[in-house]
Amino acid sequence: MNKYKLALFFMLSALSNASAQMPQVEMADALRENGKIYVVVVIIAIVFIGLAGYLINLDRKISKLEKKD
Amino acid sequence: MKGIWWKLLGLLLVLFSLVFGMLGPVQRLPILNETIRVLYYHVPMWFAMVALMLTSLIYSLKALNTNNLAQDSYAFEAAKTGFFLASIGLATGMVWARFTWGAFWVNDPKLNGTAVTMLIYLAYFVLRNSVEDPFKRIRLAGVYNIFAFVMMIVFIGILPRLTDSLHPGNGGNPGFNKYDLNSDMRPVFYSAVIGWILIGLWLTNLRVRYKNLKEKHEQV
Repeated sequence: MNKYKLALFFMLSALSNASAQMPQVEMADALRENGKIYVVVVIIAIVFIGLAGYLINLDRKISKLEKKD
Repeated sequence: MKGIWWKLLGLLLVLFSLVFGMLGPVQRLPILNETIRVLYYHVPMWFAMVALMLTSLIYSLKALNTNNLAQDSYAFEAAKTGFFLASIGLATGMVWARFTWGAFWVNDPKLNGTAVTMLIYLAYFVLRNSVEDPFKRIRLAGVYNIFAFVMMIVFIGILPRLTDSLHPGNGGNPGFNKYDLNSDMRPVFYSAVIGWILIGLWLTNLRVRYKNLKEKHEQV
Protein backbone atom coordinates (compact mmCIF):
# COMPACT_ATOMS: atom_id res chain seq x y z
CA MET A 1 0.00 0.00 0.00
CA ASN A 2 2.83 2.33 0.92
CA LYS A 3 4.41 1.78 -2.46
CA TYR A 4 1.26 2.99 -4.19
CA LYS A 5 1.08 6.08 -2.00
CA LEU A 6 4.67 6.89 -2.84
CA ALA A 7 4.02 6.42 -6.54
CA LEU A 8 0.94 8.61 -6.32
CA PHE A 9 2.93 11.29 -4.50
CA PHE A 10 5.59 11.31 -7.22
CA MET A 11 2.99 11.43 -9.96
CA LEU A 12 1.19 14.35 -8.32
CA SER A 13 4.41 16.26 -7.71
CA ALA A 14 5.45 15.70 -11.32
CA LEU A 15 2.07 17.00 -12.44
CA SER A 16 2.24 20.10 -10.28
CA ASN A 17 5.76 20.76 -11.53
CA ALA A 18 4.56 20.48 -15.10
CA SER A 19 1.70 22.88 -14.55
CA ALA A 20 3.98 25.34 -12.74
CA GLN A 21 6.32 25.40 -15.72
CA MET A 22 3.63 25.79 -18.35
CA PRO A 23 3.21 29.60 -18.37
CA GLN A 24 6.92 29.99 -19.13
CA VAL A 25 6.50 28.29 -22.48
CA GLU A 26 6.66 30.84 -25.24
CA MET A 27 3.39 31.24 -27.09
CA ALA A 28 2.06 33.84 -29.52
CA ASP A 29 0.47 35.82 -26.71
CA ALA A 30 1.13 39.21 -28.32
CA LEU A 31 -0.77 38.17 -31.44
CA ARG A 32 -3.74 37.41 -29.23
CA GLU A 33 -3.41 40.48 -27.02
CA ASN A 34 -3.43 43.04 -29.82
CA GLY A 35 -6.29 41.25 -31.56
CA LYS A 36 -4.46 40.77 -34.88
CA ILE A 37 -5.27 37.07 -34.62
CA TYR A 38 -8.86 37.97 -35.53
CA VAL A 39 -7.65 39.32 -38.88
CA VAL A 40 -6.03 35.97 -39.62
CA VAL A 41 -9.14 34.10 -38.52
CA VAL A 42 -11.48 36.24 -40.61
CA ILE A 43 -9.32 35.70 -43.69
CA ILE A 44 -9.17 31.95 -43.15
CA ALA A 45 -12.96 31.96 -42.72
CA ILE A 46 -13.49 33.94 -45.95
CA VAL A 47 -11.27 31.57 -47.93
CA PHE A 48 -13.05 28.55 -46.54
CA ILE A 49 -16.55 29.97 -47.03
CA GLY A 50 -15.64 30.84 -50.62
CA LEU A 51 -14.39 27.32 -51.21
CA ALA A 52 -17.52 25.90 -49.57
CA GLY A 53 -19.78 27.99 -51.80
CA TYR A 54 -17.86 26.80 -54.82
CA LEU A 55 -18.30 23.16 -53.79
CA ILE A 56 -22.04 23.61 -53.17
CA ASN A 57 -22.40 25.27 -56.57
CA LEU A 58 -20.54 22.42 -58.25
CA ASP A 59 -22.79 19.91 -56.49
CA ARG A 60 -25.89 21.73 -57.75
CA LYS A 61 -24.56 21.84 -61.30
CA ILE A 62 -23.96 18.09 -61.26
CA SER A 63 -27.47 17.58 -59.82
CA LYS A 64 -28.95 19.56 -62.71
CA LEU A 65 -27.06 17.45 -65.24
CA GLU A 66 -28.26 14.27 -63.54
CA LYS A 67 -31.86 15.44 -63.76
CA LYS A 68 -31.49 16.08 -67.49
CA ASP A 69 -30.58 12.46 -68.15
CA MET B 1 -31.09 19.39 -53.79
CA LYS B 2 -31.94 16.75 -51.26
CA GLY B 3 -29.44 15.30 -48.85
CA ILE B 4 -27.54 18.54 -48.58
CA TRP B 5 -27.74 18.74 -44.77
CA TRP B 6 -24.78 16.44 -44.07
CA LYS B 7 -22.65 18.34 -46.57
CA LEU B 8 -23.50 21.63 -44.85
CA LEU B 9 -22.88 20.00 -41.47
CA GLY B 10 -19.43 18.95 -42.65
CA LEU B 11 -18.65 22.45 -43.87
CA LEU B 12 -19.89 24.05 -40.63
CA LEU B 13 -17.89 21.66 -38.46
CA VAL B 14 -14.71 22.32 -40.42
CA LEU B 15 -15.33 26.07 -40.33
CA PHE B 16 -15.81 25.83 -36.55
CA SER B 17 -12.54 23.95 -36.23
CA LEU B 18 -10.70 26.45 -38.46
CA VAL B 19 -11.87 29.44 -36.42
CA PHE B 20 -11.63 27.99 -32.93
CA GLY B 21 -8.52 26.07 -33.82
CA MET B 22 -6.83 29.45 -34.08
CA LEU B 23 -8.65 31.23 -31.25
CA GLY B 24 -9.29 28.52 -28.66
CA PRO B 25 -7.09 27.87 -25.65
CA VAL B 26 -4.39 25.22 -25.99
CA GLN B 27 -1.83 23.69 -23.66
CA ARG B 28 1.47 25.46 -23.25
CA LEU B 29 3.93 22.77 -24.18
CA PRO B 30 7.66 23.20 -24.77
CA ILE B 31 9.01 22.61 -28.32
CA LEU B 32 5.46 22.40 -29.72
CA ASN B 33 4.49 25.90 -28.59
CA GLU B 34 1.72 27.24 -30.87
CA THR B 35 2.26 24.44 -33.39
CA ILE B 36 0.08 22.24 -31.16
CA ARG B 37 -2.73 23.79 -33.21
CA VAL B 38 -1.57 21.79 -36.21
CA LEU B 39 -3.31 18.89 -34.46
CA TYR B 40 -6.65 20.37 -35.57
CA TYR B 41 -5.64 20.42 -39.23
CA HIS B 42 -3.18 17.56 -39.69
CA VAL B 43 -4.64 14.70 -37.63
CA PRO B 44 -8.22 14.91 -39.04
CA MET B 45 -6.75 14.17 -42.49
CA TRP B 46 -5.69 10.75 -41.22
CA PHE B 47 -8.98 10.12 -39.44
CA ALA B 48 -10.82 11.02 -42.64
CA MET B 49 -8.47 8.81 -44.66
CA VAL B 50 -9.15 5.79 -42.44
CA ALA B 51 -12.90 6.50 -42.59
CA LEU B 52 -12.79 6.67 -46.39
CA MET B 53 -10.72 3.50 -46.68
CA LEU B 54 -13.32 1.82 -44.46
CA THR B 55 -16.06 3.12 -46.77
CA SER B 56 -14.08 1.78 -49.70
CA LEU B 57 -13.79 -1.62 -48.00
CA ILE B 58 -17.53 -1.73 -47.27
CA TYR B 59 -18.37 -0.93 -50.90
CA SER B 60 -15.84 -3.49 -52.13
CA LEU B 61 -17.46 -6.15 -49.93
CA LYS B 62 -20.90 -5.13 -51.22
CA ALA B 63 -19.63 -5.25 -54.82
CA LEU B 64 -18.11 -8.69 -54.26
CA ASN B 65 -21.43 -9.87 -52.88
CA THR B 66 -23.69 -8.45 -55.56
CA ASN B 67 -21.41 -8.00 -58.61
CA ASN B 68 -22.70 -4.44 -58.80
CA LEU B 69 -20.48 -2.22 -60.95
CA ALA B 70 -21.63 1.04 -59.31
CA GLN B 71 -20.57 -0.19 -55.88
CA ASP B 72 -17.16 -1.19 -57.19
CA SER B 73 -16.76 2.25 -58.70
CA TYR B 74 -17.78 3.85 -55.39
CA ALA B 75 -15.14 1.79 -53.57
CA PHE B 76 -12.51 2.97 -56.03
CA GLU B 77 -13.44 6.64 -55.70
CA ALA B 78 -13.56 6.46 -51.89
CA ALA B 79 -10.06 4.98 -51.85
CA LYS B 80 -8.88 7.73 -54.20
CA THR B 81 -10.29 10.45 -51.93
CA GLY B 82 -8.71 8.72 -48.95
CA PHE B 83 -5.39 8.68 -50.75
CA PHE B 84 -5.73 12.37 -51.56
CA LEU B 85 -6.38 13.20 -47.90
CA ALA B 86 -3.45 11.01 -46.88
CA SER B 87 -1.19 12.99 -49.22
CA ILE B 88 -2.28 16.21 -47.55
CA GLY B 89 -1.79 14.56 -44.16
CA LEU B 90 1.71 13.53 -45.16
CA ALA B 91 2.62 16.97 -46.51
CA THR B 92 1.32 18.77 -43.42
CA GLY B 93 2.95 16.19 -41.16
CA MET B 94 6.30 16.69 -42.85
CA VAL B 95 6.21 20.44 -42.24
CA TRP B 96 5.18 19.90 -38.62
CA ALA B 97 7.91 17.28 -38.15
CA ARG B 98 10.54 19.65 -39.53
CA PHE B 99 9.84 22.18 -36.77
CA THR B 100 9.24 19.83 -33.84
CA TRP B 101 11.37 16.77 -34.54
CA GLY B 102 13.98 18.53 -36.68
CA ALA B 103 13.59 16.80 -40.04
CA PHE B 104 10.99 16.42 -42.76
CA TRP B 105 11.20 12.65 -42.50
CA VAL B 106 12.22 10.88 -39.33
CA ASN B 107 12.59 7.16 -38.95
CA ASP B 108 9.35 6.80 -37.08
CA PRO B 109 7.30 3.58 -37.38
CA LYS B 110 4.15 5.57 -38.06
CA LEU B 111 5.73 7.51 -40.94
CA ASN B 112 7.21 4.44 -42.55
CA GLY B 113 3.96 2.55 -41.99
CA THR B 114 2.08 5.34 -43.71
CA ALA B 115 4.47 5.28 -46.66
CA VAL B 116 3.95 1.53 -47.04
CA THR B 117 0.17 1.96 -46.75
CA MET B 118 0.15 4.57 -49.49
CA LEU B 119 2.19 2.31 -51.75
CA ILE B 120 -0.27 -0.53 -51.09
CA TYR B 121 -3.15 1.70 -52.15
CA LEU B 122 -1.23 2.89 -55.21
CA ALA B 123 -0.93 -0.75 -56.18
CA TYR B 124 -4.71 -1.05 -55.73
CA PHE B 125 -5.26 1.80 -58.20
CA VAL B 126 -2.84 0.29 -60.71
CA LEU B 127 -4.38 -3.16 -60.32
CA ARG B 128 -7.92 -1.93 -60.78
CA ASN B 129 -7.04 0.15 -63.82
CA SER B 130 -5.17 -2.70 -65.46
CA VAL B 131 -8.13 -5.08 -65.64
CA GLU B 132 -10.35 -4.55 -68.68
CA ASP B 133 -13.24 -6.89 -67.90
CA PRO B 134 -15.47 -5.01 -65.39
CA PHE B 135 -16.68 -8.14 -63.58
CA LYS B 136 -13.23 -9.59 -63.27
CA ARG B 137 -12.20 -6.16 -61.99
CA ILE B 138 -14.79 -6.30 -59.19
CA ARG B 139 -13.34 -9.55 -57.92
CA LEU B 140 -9.65 -8.74 -58.29
CA ALA B 141 -9.82 -5.15 -57.02
CA GLY B 142 -12.33 -6.06 -54.29
CA VAL B 143 -10.22 -8.84 -52.86
CA TYR B 144 -7.09 -6.71 -53.06
CA ASN B 145 -8.92 -3.86 -51.31
CA ILE B 146 -9.68 -6.14 -48.33
CA PHE B 147 -5.99 -6.95 -48.14
CA ALA B 148 -5.05 -3.26 -48.46
CA PHE B 149 -7.36 -2.25 -45.61
CA VAL B 150 -6.04 -4.94 -43.29
CA MET B 151 -2.46 -3.93 -44.12
CA MET B 152 -3.32 -0.29 -43.41
CA ILE B 153 -4.64 -1.19 -39.95
CA VAL B 154 -1.51 -3.25 -39.30
CA PHE B 155 0.91 -0.58 -40.52
CA ILE B 156 -0.62 2.52 -39.00
CA GLY B 157 -2.69 1.11 -36.16
CA ILE B 158 -0.84 -1.85 -34.73
CA LEU B 159 2.87 -1.85 -35.56
CA PRO B 160 3.55 1.74 -34.32
CA ARG B 161 1.95 0.79 -31.00
CA LEU B 162 4.28 -2.15 -30.54
CA THR B 163 7.46 -0.08 -30.74
CA ASP B 164 8.37 3.41 -29.64
CA SER B 165 7.15 6.19 -31.83
CA LEU B 166 7.32 9.95 -31.73
CA HIS B 167 3.60 10.08 -32.39
CA PRO B 168 1.34 10.17 -29.33
CA GLY B 169 -0.66 7.06 -28.58
CA ASN B 170 2.18 4.74 -29.51
CA GLY B 171 4.53 2.52 -27.58
CA GLY B 172 1.65 0.89 -25.73
CA ASN B 173 -0.19 4.04 -24.69
CA PRO B 174 -3.81 4.60 -25.55
CA GLY B 175 -4.28 7.27 -28.23
CA PHE B 176 -4.88 10.84 -27.09
CA ASN B 177 -4.79 10.58 -23.33
CA LYS B 178 -5.45 13.61 -21.21
CA TYR B 179 -1.88 14.87 -21.49
CA ASP B 180 -1.98 14.99 -25.27
CA LEU B 181 -5.38 16.57 -25.65
CA ASN B 182 -7.02 18.54 -22.85
CA SER B 183 -10.73 19.21 -22.51
CA ASP B 184 -10.43 22.63 -24.20
CA MET B 185 -9.08 21.04 -27.34
CA ARG B 186 -11.39 18.06 -27.62
CA PRO B 187 -14.52 19.77 -29.04
CA VAL B 188 -12.52 21.54 -31.74
CA PHE B 189 -10.57 18.41 -32.61
CA TYR B 190 -13.59 16.12 -32.79
CA SER B 191 -15.59 18.60 -34.87
CA ALA B 192 -12.64 18.80 -37.28
CA VAL B 193 -12.50 14.99 -37.51
CA ILE B 194 -16.24 14.59 -38.16
CA GLY B 195 -16.30 17.58 -40.50
CA TRP B 196 -13.41 16.33 -42.63
CA ILE B 197 -14.88 12.82 -42.78
CA LEU B 198 -18.15 14.31 -44.09
CA ILE B 199 -16.29 16.49 -46.61
CA GLY B 200 -14.28 13.47 -47.74
CA LEU B 201 -17.51 11.53 -48.30
CA TRP B 202 -18.90 14.51 -50.18
CA LEU B 203 -15.86 14.69 -52.47
CA THR B 204 -16.26 10.97 -53.15
CA ASN B 205 -19.95 11.50 -53.87
CA LEU B 206 -19.15 14.30 -56.35
CA ARG B 207 -16.53 12.21 -58.13
CA VAL B 208 -18.81 9.19 -58.42
CA ARG B 209 -21.62 11.32 -59.85
CA TYR B 210 -19.23 12.99 -62.28
CA LYS B 211 -17.95 9.59 -63.39
CA ASN B 212 -21.46 8.22 -63.92
CA LEU B 213 -22.36 11.24 -66.02
CA LYS B 214 -19.17 10.85 -68.03
CA GLU B 215 -19.89 7.18 -68.70
CA LYS B 216 -23.43 7.96 -69.80
CA HIS B 217 -22.12 10.71 -72.05
CA GLU B 218 -19.59 8.37 -73.62
CA GLN B 219 -22.21 5.72 -74.31
CA VAL B 220 -24.48 8.12 -76.17
